[in-house]
Amino acid sequence: MSNIIYIISKEFKQIFRNKAMLPIIFLMPIVQLLILANAATFELKNIKGYIIDNDKTTVSRQIINKLLYSKYFILTGFSDNLQDGEKALLSSTADFYVSIPQNFENNIVKGNQDELLIVLNSIDGTKAMLAMAYLSAILVEFNQELLFRNSIKMIIKDQQNYSTNDIKKINLTFTHWYNNELDYKTFMVPGLIVLLVTLIGTFLSAMNIAREKEFGTIEQLNVTPIKKHQFIIGKLVPFWIIAMFELAFGLFIAYFFYRINFLGNILVIFTFASVFLVAMLGIGLFISTIAKSQQQSMFISWFFAVLFVLLSGFFSPIENMPEWIQFIAFFNPIRYFIEVNRLVLLKGAGLAEIQNHFIIISAFAIIINTLAVLRYKKTN
Amino acid sequence: MKTLLGFLRKEIYHITRDVKSLIVLFGIPIVQILIFGYAITSEIKNSDIAILDLSKDEMTLKFINKIESSGYFKIKSFFNSEKEIESEFKSGKIKIAMIIEKDFSYNLYKTKSSNIQVITDATEPNTATTLLHYIRLVLADFQSEINKNTQDPNIINTKIKMRFNEELKGVFLFVPGLITVILMLVSAMMTSISITKEKELGTMEVLLSSPIKPYHIIIAKVIPYLILSFINANIVLLIGRLVFGVPINGSLLLLELESIIFILTALSLGIMISTITSSQQVALMISLAGLMLPTMLLSGYIFPIENMPNWLQYLTYFIPARWFIVIIRGIMLKGIDLTFLWKETLVIFGFSIIFILISIKRYKVRL
Repeated sequence: MSNIIYIISKEFKQIFRNKAMLPIIFLMPIVQLLILANAATFELKNIKGYIIDNDKTTVSRQIINKLLYSKYFILTGFSDNLQDGEKALLSSTADFYVSIPQNFENNIVKGNQDELLIVLNSIDGTKAMLAMAYLSAILVEFNQELLFRNSIKMIIKDQQNYSTNDIKKINLTFTHWYNNELDYKTFMVPGLIVLLVTLIGTFLSAMNIAREKEFGTIEQLNVTPIKKHQFIIGKLVPFWIIAMFELAFGLFIAYFFYRINFLGNILVIFTFASVFLVAMLGIGLFISTIAKSQQQSMFISWFFAVLFVLLSGFFSPIENMPEWIQFIAFFNPIRYFIEVNRLVLLKGAGLAEIQNHFIIISAFAIIINTLAVLRYKKTN
Repeated sequence: MKTLLGFLRKEIYHITRDVKSLIVLFGIPIVQILIFGYAITSEIKNSDIAILDLSKDEMTLKFINKIESSGYFKIKSFFNSEKEIESEFKSGKIKIAMIIEKDFSYNLYKTKSSNIQVITDATEPNTATTLLHYIRLVLADFQSEINKNTQDPNIINTKIKMRFNEELKGVFLFVPGLITVILMLVSAMMTSISITKEKELGTMEVLLSSPIKPYHIIIAKVIPYLILSFINANIVLLIGRLVFGVPINGSLLLLELESIIFILTALSLGIMISTITSSQQVALMISLAGLMLPTMLLSGYIFPIENMPNWLQYLTYFIPARWFIVIIRGIMLKGIDLTFLWKETLVIFGFSIIFILISIKRYKVRL
């Protein structure tokens, strides 16, 4: 036992002496939480639109007005030439353009078919989809108005006398639960905290042993009477403590700075994190037993970090992925912590709802650490 | 010239001997593009919905059928009471729930108006918005169906065209960004690490005291990584093209030339970092925290810049990758040329000149 404590105190001394690592341990979380939380957003606002109106009638103006009043769109230009719209898309001055053809109103009034043209820059699919959702919501509403005023002529005269005919109407009311203001930060911050804790834990522990190898100091440790498991525990505990500290810090920022309303009990989070970190540190340790140099261990951790983050549901929901990818994602520990964090913090889930997550992560922790201890050899 | 070549050989040996790092170097981009290609999709379909139907009549049955056949939703369960809704949401089983009021048909025929309530799981706001939009579409369709006899035919139809990426494939967005990230990271991070490694292990001292000219050392350090990142980027381009059909609509020559300018920017950035620090660990951390994260997050690679708050948008101006992504997306997907892209090209060119000047100023022949 005292051996372990010696190693732990040695590690802490080394960490706090390293003037380069200290700011990374303590500054990076702040920067990440402040900058990333603001940068990592798919919240769509200020969609740039361009309008080509060749009709210039009451109906076309009504449509344009409806677009103008929407809080989602900024109109960046008007024209009566289709080419201008194309050019706006190419130069990215607009994300979409709406073209109202000549004689549009006339054709509609006469009951002839005519259609609006909407062209969207769909390089970013999510954005195009949402822009389309907003646009068609406006047009659906416009059509409803047409329906209830019973005649396009009413729209033209802008008369409000709704006809009392036989139209049957279904009203739709909706509520957004758990994130009523549709704030993207509420979604991202719990995930970000997980990334922060994980990256610090895994990267630091992976580099740590590789560093001892590179400098040759591992030989000195190997010839001491310290046992294998003592060495590994002594190496892991300091990073476990640092990561738990970062978790507390992250939750603090989320609660007081971002004003996220925690519905669940944060003790559940800490309990889960304590097991999760054992698993992640085990991965770091495992990497360091494979790697020969810090550079290598950094690279390998980077490789896994990228893979884990992409398949964690952090910014792309796992349930939208194909089955075989979902199968791979099953073996991703980060994914479970992100889910737990969101379930507990945002939806108020308790231990009962996350028990499956708990079982899986415990299994991970045991397997990975067993592998790491087996691979670690005192001889070269 | 001969010393330079000899030195170059030494560097290439160094790199090719470290097989693990090489695997990672080429493996990451390939794995990433495959994941982006197969896994990351912006399409939302077959979302799990649960329905509480308090009427259970012919009309609601028809409506529920319509929802199911729309392709947007998969009916997960039918509730019996409102109390069940919360636990379904909490366990993450459903994304959206719908409550159809009692006497739905009766109200519709007698009072001409009936109600439907929708509850979404808005933890992920975009999914919630999109799902609500789908419900609206189905509802609008259903409404015009039940009003078929009384409806005025004057309805505005819309034709929607998706430009540059018709099928809304995620890879189209990510391949150009991935190339940018690779060029940046391989060039800047690897050079800075490889120079600081010589410093840390003390071999830099030996090199500097030899008759090799200091700029030879730098050139020999830089060239292998220039070639490596160039090959790496082209592999991604090729996989994108062959496996996922990501087009190169503009000029390939222009694309490669712009890439070389950008690689020079990244390399000079790497040299600059190595003049600032002397330990590998610090160089790694600077590259990671100061390069990788901003390049991935503030360049528009994953998260669109225009959604960020203003102060962050200004910050992105200082990230070279942000400009290059505009260039490469423009050439590959929009097929535009320098008439649209001269500004961005000038900016990355300017960046490399600034970095080189700083490096020259800070480079010390004695340690």
